[in-house]
Amino acid sequence: MHALVQGVILGILTGGVYALMASGQTLIFGIMKVVNLAQGAFVILAAYLSYTLFSSFGLDPILSIPLTTVLMFGLGVVIQLVFLRPLKREDSAQLSLLVTFAVALLLEGVMSVVWQTTYRSTNTDYANSSWTLFGFQFTVVRVIAFVLSLIALGLLFLLLNRTRFGRAVRATVQNPMSAELLGVESKRVAALGFGLGAATAAAAGSVYGLLYPFNSGSHYDLISELLSIVVLGGLGSVGGAVIAALIVSTSSAVVATVFSPTWSSFTFFVILILVLLIRPQGLFGTVERGAL
Amino acid sequence: MTALLEVTSAQKAFGGVRAVDDCSLTVEEGSITALIGPNGSGKTTLFNLITGYLKADGGQFRFRGQDVTGSDPGHLYRRGLTRTFQQARVFPHMSVTENLVVAGGYRWRDLVLPRVSGHDRHRAAELLEEFRMTHVADLLASELSYGQRKLLEFAAVLMSKPRLVLLDEPTAGVNPIMIDTMERHVRERNSAGVTFLVVEHDMQFVMRLCDPVVVLNNGKEIYAGSPADVQQNPLVLDAYLGT
Amino acid sequence: MRAIVRGGVFVVVFMTLPLFGFEHWVLNLLIFTLMYAAMSSAWNLVGGFAGYPSLGHAAFFGLGAYFIGLWFQHHDVTTGYEPFLILPLAGLVAAAVGAPIAYVAMRTRADVFAIVTITLLFVAQTLAFNLDGVTGGAQGLAMPTPPFELARFEWPFYYAMLWILLTSMLITYLSMRSKVGMSLDAVRADEDKALGVGVHVTGVKVLSFSVSVALVAMAGGVWAYYESFIYPQFAIDPIITIGMVLMTFLGGRGTLWGPVIGAFILVPGQQYLAYRLGGSQFYLIAYAGVFLLIMLLMPRGILPTIADRMRRRRAVAASSGPDATDGASPPSAGGGGGGAGVPVPSGGAA
Repeated sequence: MHALVQGVILGILTGGVYALMASGQTLIFGIMKVVNLAQGAFVILAAYLSYTLFSSFGLDPILSIPLTTVLMFGLGVVIQLVFLRPLKREDSAQLSLLVTFAVALLLEGVMSVVWQTTYRSTNTDYANSSWTLFGFQFTVVRVIAFVLSLIALGLLFLLLNRTRFGRAVRATVQNPMSAELLGVESKRVAALGFGLGAATAAAAGSVYGLLYPFNSGSHYDLISELLSIVVLGGLGSVGGAVIAALIVSTSSAVVATVFSPTWSSFTFFVILILVLLIRPQGLFGTVERGAL
Repeated sequence: MTALLEVTSAQKAFGGVRAVDDCSLTVEEGSITALIGPNGSGKTTLFNLITGYLKADGGQFRFRGQDVTGSDPGHLYRRGLTRTFQQARVFPHMSVTENLVVAGGYRWRDLVLPRVSGHDRHRAAELLEEFRMTHVADLLASELSYGQRKLLEFAAVLMSKPRLVLLDEPTAGVNPIMIDTMERHVRERNSAGVTFLVVEHDMQFVMRLCDPVVVLNNGKEIYAGSPADVQQNPLVLDAYLGT
Repeated sequence: MRAIVRGGVFVVVFMTLPLFGFEHWVLNLLIFTLMYAAMSSAWNLVGGFAGYPSLGHAAFFGLGAYFIGLWFQHHDVTTGYEPFLILPLAGLVAAAVGAPIAYVAMRTRADVFAIVTITLLFVAQTLAFNLDGVTGGAQGLAMPTPPFELARFEWPFYYAMLWILLTSMLITYLSMRSKVGMSLDAVRADEDKALGVGVHVTGVKVLSFSVSVALVAMAGGVWAYYESFIYPQFAIDPIITIGMVLMTFLGGRGTLWGPVIGAFILVPGQQYLAYRLGGSQFYLIAYAGVFLLIMLLMPRGILPTIADRMRRRRAVAASSGPDATDGASPPSAGGGGGGAGVPVPSGGAA
């Protein structure tokens, strides 16, 4: 029982981070109808950036978030402009998928050259401390991660709902043609939207580096988890991604603490398959049968 | 006359919008029934519900006396219900003949047969002859004009000898001569026993060709009757011109 | 007819190649080239013809490798040819595993399919590492040493890989000329429309996936025997999938010879780069870089682009004649087999 509750706590705390990463991913899908297979690589890259800023300049990973956010946003926009925008063919949807996959690998390759393949971890002095409350352990970094994610998600929410850009994004997600007719420049929204998705990886990356050891190959595990979350939540639904992240993260953590960590990595795959069998559109997605 | 297609209390909402709201409709066998209504009346949604491309939130769909609610397009096709698309969807990289053959309906064991066998060619040739497209039989579908593609799509769905064909705006984007051609083919096929349900905006086409005419507004059927009656009916006029 | 000649020449050349007394490293290179050609050709069935890009085929490569490895934990190798005889069984197992996965994963759309396959790859790798009771985990699994004489050690492996490649190409060729291929073309072009005209959409998708993974698994089996040791990070390596995908794209998806050409360009190319640059980190950058370049510059791949240019030239020639029509001379669709395979639209149309 104790293990179960501990697992749930762990899951919720980590869920925040996953929610942040997944929200960027699902947003990109919503805008461009592209599954961004490079999202995991973005997070790992951000993790490396914050790690380097910390180990070389002593800048605390939390404090470096604004800087990495700007960098990642820029990178995202550039990638969209260089690799995704030029794709104008009938099957650009399929090609975009493979292009983001190639981008992920390119990033992995570059990261492995720059930082080698040794596992890194941002080891601040508070990295290993934890609080104990009611007999349950609350790791400091996880709490910080959770709070940070909430803040970042809140900012994202404000951006999407209170700004002109956010309105343009939401309009494009709901109905790209109408949005264009109403004056929204879909190309610009696509580029900026992709940048935004990459930017969400910045905060997540800093936190990721604090929580887990990582190397250039870590993006695979990450992207698989993110994809399961996004599918469960419904492709394109940010709210869905958040809820799904909590569900998946909690289930996975519970399995890890109650059974064994090895099997926790299967939880999301099982969830993915279940979703596809029972409700393919996810929790909040729309059923798409015909391109009408 | 028996009812070939019966839609009872169909419901479909998108978010908060009820596109189809407790809508019922009957298509009698042997008829060329029209489905008309102002923009936003829900005819396209209803069309997609009937043909299996959208799942209804509620209501019942019966075809040839059997419940087909929730069936997918492939299932409906095998039962004899097919449709065309407004944008004339054909397979662009396949030849005209292949477009016909692939729609011919074949069984599992036929998969190992050659793409276009002699028998297939023969069947396709008959249709090509009827539609005066024999001279383009080997062209790629992408090389055809828009009007030719519409004809091809129409011909292709006839390969499986369907009972009911749903035509999605058959005159959209097509020149007047082609409209006449389409009309002629529909009439010919109808006298050969094929029932049609046509969604259309071209009122003259509808009035010439179809009977009965079902009018939709706000997701619900508001009137069904002969073309003459429909043109007089105040409800209908109100729907099109009204508040 | 030309297709048969091309095929015949290819078969004869490659059947007799080892007889020319090449050095071991050449045969080794050929084995890997043929392996990737076979796998790319197999991937093409799902990724090229059906239009569903699988990013997890490496999982089935590993499945084949481990299957052979495990089989020979419990059976003996006497003549040394037993592993090759067991290959079809490995293929069947892979197909049996692949079919239900395909059924679930191919239900919605191609991007969800990619998601499932990528996740599958990761899960397979985790399984390989963690089920150490079965797979030996990170320690790896040993295969019995092949008792072949040193002078011609590579020969059986060479012919095994060639056999898998030829099987894959034959299946591709036959399917292109049959209604299976036509169904796949329809699915790839417009799946919803295909469904609406009665094409057995789910059936052909599952079929192409199952056959595809069966072939890849067999390649994995031969690889396992050749390498003698199966490590999870090499048996279920994303680079394997990437290689297959890249080579197919380079040569041309949905064509018979495309994947083969892609493999024959990239495998030796990669070996050469490895020789020159050493470190394996650059593999990834090189592969990804080439992939992206192809996407941007020549997205159809080599063969279709050439076919396209030739068609355009014919169109220009035709339209400069006195009684030109506005379409190109109609290329023969479908039944052509060999060459460019999927016909591409001529010059100005659509």
